[in-house]
Amino acid sequence: MAELLQFVFSGLTVGAIYALVALGFTLIYKASDIINFAQGEFVMLGGMTTVFVTLAGVPLPIAALIAIIATTAIGLALHRLAIEPARGASPVALIMITIGASIFLRGFAQIIFDRRFHSLPPLFGSDPIKLGGAAILPQSLVVLASAVVIVTLLWLFIDRTLLGKAVLATAANRLAARLIGIDTRRIVDFSFAVSAAIGAVAGVLITPIALTSYDVGILLALKGFAAAMLGGIGSALGAVVGGLLIGLFEAFAAGYLSSNYKDAIAFLIILIVLVSIPHGLFGRAKIERV
Amino acid sequence: MIILQTDRLSVAFGGVRAIDGVNLAIESGQVYSVIGPNGSGKTTLFNLVSGIYTPDDGSIRLAGEMVTGLTPDQLARRGLSRTFQNLQIFSRMSVLENVMVGRHRHERTGIFADLLHWPSVARQNEATSKAALAALARVGLADSAGRPAGSLAYGALKRLEIARAVASDPTLLLLDEPAAGCNPVETEEIDGLIRSIVRDGITVVLVEHDMRLVMNISDRVHVLANGRTLAEGTPEQVRSDAAVVEAYLGVHGSQEAVCAFD
Amino acid sequence: MRTLLEIRLLPALAVAAIVIVLPYFFPSAYYFRIGALVYIFALAVVGLNLLMGFAGQVSLGHAGFLGIGAYSVVIGPVYFGLPSWLCVFVGATVSGAVAFLVGRPILRLKGHYLAVATLGFGLLVAIVLTNEAGWTGGPDGMSVPRLALFNWQVRGSDAWYWIAGTTLVGGFVLALNLMESPTGRALQAIHDSEIAALVLGIDVARKKLTIFVISAMYASVAGSYLALFNGHVTPDVAGFLRSIELVAMVVLGGMGSIVGSLVGAAVLVVLPQVLTIFHEYEQTLLGLILMVFMIFLRRGIVPSLAATFAGRRR
Repeated sequence: MAELLQFVFSGLTVGAIYALVALGFTLIYKASDIINFAQGEFVMLGGMTTVFVTLAGVPLPIAALIAIIATTAIGLALHRLAIEPARGASPVALIMITIGASIFLRGFAQIIFDRRFHSLPPLFGSDPIKLGGAAILPQSLVVLASAVVIVTLLWLFIDRTLLGKAVLATAANRLAARLIGIDTRRIVDFSFAVSAAIGAVAGVLITPIALTSYDVGILLALKGFAAAMLGGIGSALGAVVGGLLIGLFEAFAAGYLSSNYKDAIAFLIILIVLVSIPHGLFGRAKIERV
Repeated sequence: MIILQTDRLSVAFGGVRAIDGVNLAIESGQVYSVIGPNGSGKTTLFNLVSGIYTPDDGSIRLAGEMVTGLTPDQLARRGLSRTFQNLQIFSRMSVLENVMVGRHRHERTGIFADLLHWPSVARQNEATSKAALAALARVGLADSAGRPAGSLAYGALKRLEIARAVASDPTLLLLDEPAAGCNPVETEEIDGLIRSIVRDGITVVLVEHDMRLVMNISDRVHVLANGRTLAEGTPEQVRSDAAVVEAYLGVHGSQEAVCAFD
Repeated sequence: MRTLLEIRLLPALAVAAIVIVLPYFFPSAYYFRIGALVYIFALAVVGLNLLMGFAGQVSLGHAGFLGIGAYSVVIGPVYFGLPSWLCVFVGATVSGAVAFLVGRPILRLKGHYLAVATLGFGLLVAIVLTNEAGWTGGPDGMSVPRLALFNWQVRGSDAWYWIAGTTLVGGFVLALNLMESPTGRALQAIHDSEIAALVLGIDVARKKLTIFVISAMYASVAGSYLALFNGHVTPDVAGFLRSIELVAMVVLGGMGSIVGSLVGAAVLVVLPQVLTIFHEYEQTLLGLILMVFMIFLRRGIVPSLAATFAGRRR
């Protein structure tokens, strides 16, 4: 029982990160129909930038802020410099552009940072808290709480503000949104910026637990994407549920089966979901007109 | 012989009954037109009959055989062919190659033969090319055979799609708005083309908005409104059917039309 | 009478000419090595190009088949005592079978769903190769027994230059034959309009599966050659970066251009050799190339050049 609970805790913690990555995917996908493979790099940049800025002597909170702002700027640049010029390209071409961007950012990080693993000090110390026979790190609670806060803020924003409504409108029908005066380009800018920010925050928060390096982006992107697919791409609730589920599946597989194949779980899930329920748990099928 | 028969055919999309209980009984060798106001379900009907949509209810028979739920390629192998309202041309291929693809179901080479370019493949390419050129000549596009299909004008593309569909030697040909966007001269050519296709023994089912073409060329006309059959009969019968006039022109307009006929 | 440019096998003849003539310009034996690598990768790229450029599908995990081919020529000889040359065929058969099994469900998908499914497949292969250390030697890989043909130990870059070059010409011939055949036309049709292809009687699912299997086999042979040539194999051969490199070669050379396959492979194999600092900037440059080409030069080098010349002639 205690063991099960342990797996649940670690699964939910890493699942919360996948959920945030998946949320970033979903936001960009809803606003622009693009699958942004560089999503994982936002998480990486958040963590790595914070590390290196603190190494330069800046206090942690400021460093984190700088990292988040820098990553947000990179997200915007990605949209304006790489995606916008390719407007109208096929979905596959766009995926390849974002994959190219992801590899570019990875290579870039490798050069201006380094290739080692790095950590950050946790927010509330590293003594695990005993809960029901299992131990949970205070940082894990921070991660989970932050995920809840971010999701709630995002939901409130979409539901209660005019800009949020504009995002929904753009997601539903771009042309119609433009016809009623919504600047869809700004909306997509916004979605990239917010996704980058969310990713960066996730990166800062998870580094004390899972470490960071120039290389973590790809796996995170794929698992976050698996989570988004499982939940139903286009569904924010699905992204969160999907992320938590994948985190849990991974933890259980690592604990009860083999930790070697931990990473394979997410990819197996991608394949199974795509083949049997391509629209995920909460997504809806699109009807094509001929 | 009844070549196409549907029985209480129905399909709904998200709660909207796009086609509701439609019965068709089309005799072979005829020109049969399906008309109706926009949104009445004409293209949906075509999509059902050609296997692109699966009906929720009802059945489809092709030359007596029950074919409900078969896929488009399975139907193609049973002699059905069609064109599309929004052209589905193979724009990267040449005009000739487009029509050669139309001959696919008559081609008899396998993957190994194709990879190794056995003599049978060379012979097949030759035969297909000849048949395709003949089909192009029929629609007046033989001169454009080598050009990339994407470079043709709209009217020519419509004829190309017809050539491609005819090249497959169908027994039943569905033409989805062949005269859409055509000027009167082009429409006249389409009229002649359809007549020559029927002379070859192919049954033609037409979805059209151009009433002159429909009235001139059809043996029978089927009127759809809101997914249901409004009227069915010869062009004369349908033209003077009050319900049909009303569906097209509205109550007020139909009263005007009655005066016009007088 | 066909004009010179219309001869079906012209590109294959051109490649054969290049393969034969190039060594005269080699200043040292080292260049045979480069040539061999270019031809090996070009072989994989031809297969991928048939799938992506010609048939309009996508595979972001194609290095998985490279890996299956590579490890076949290790596992076969080491654990089963099979001769290496036979294992090249065995590997291709296994790759084909895997492609068949995996392709059937996932080729029903389109666009980004298909892209991600293939990505997942490639990663799974890499993970299995990394973890099943008992068979594969784990992350550090294994050394590959040299190819032996009729008591002749095939060793040396010049031997592999000719083997790879000849195989590439063969691969070109098969691809060019396919493109001008009923199957080839069906595949092109599927690329442009699946629905029209269906309506004309083409069994779209079956055709897609066929080309997927064929392209997997191309990659497998290339992977086998790579392993035999290098004498060593690691799971990286099936990795994500490798898959993206292959795609970049397709994109660079020109999607759907068989000749472009050689150009794309040549650029991305030669570049790291020319720019020795390239190694550090490898990923940055790869990412940049992919982005720049997919944004501005989507057609790739060869088709763009061909279009420019076609424009000039008028």
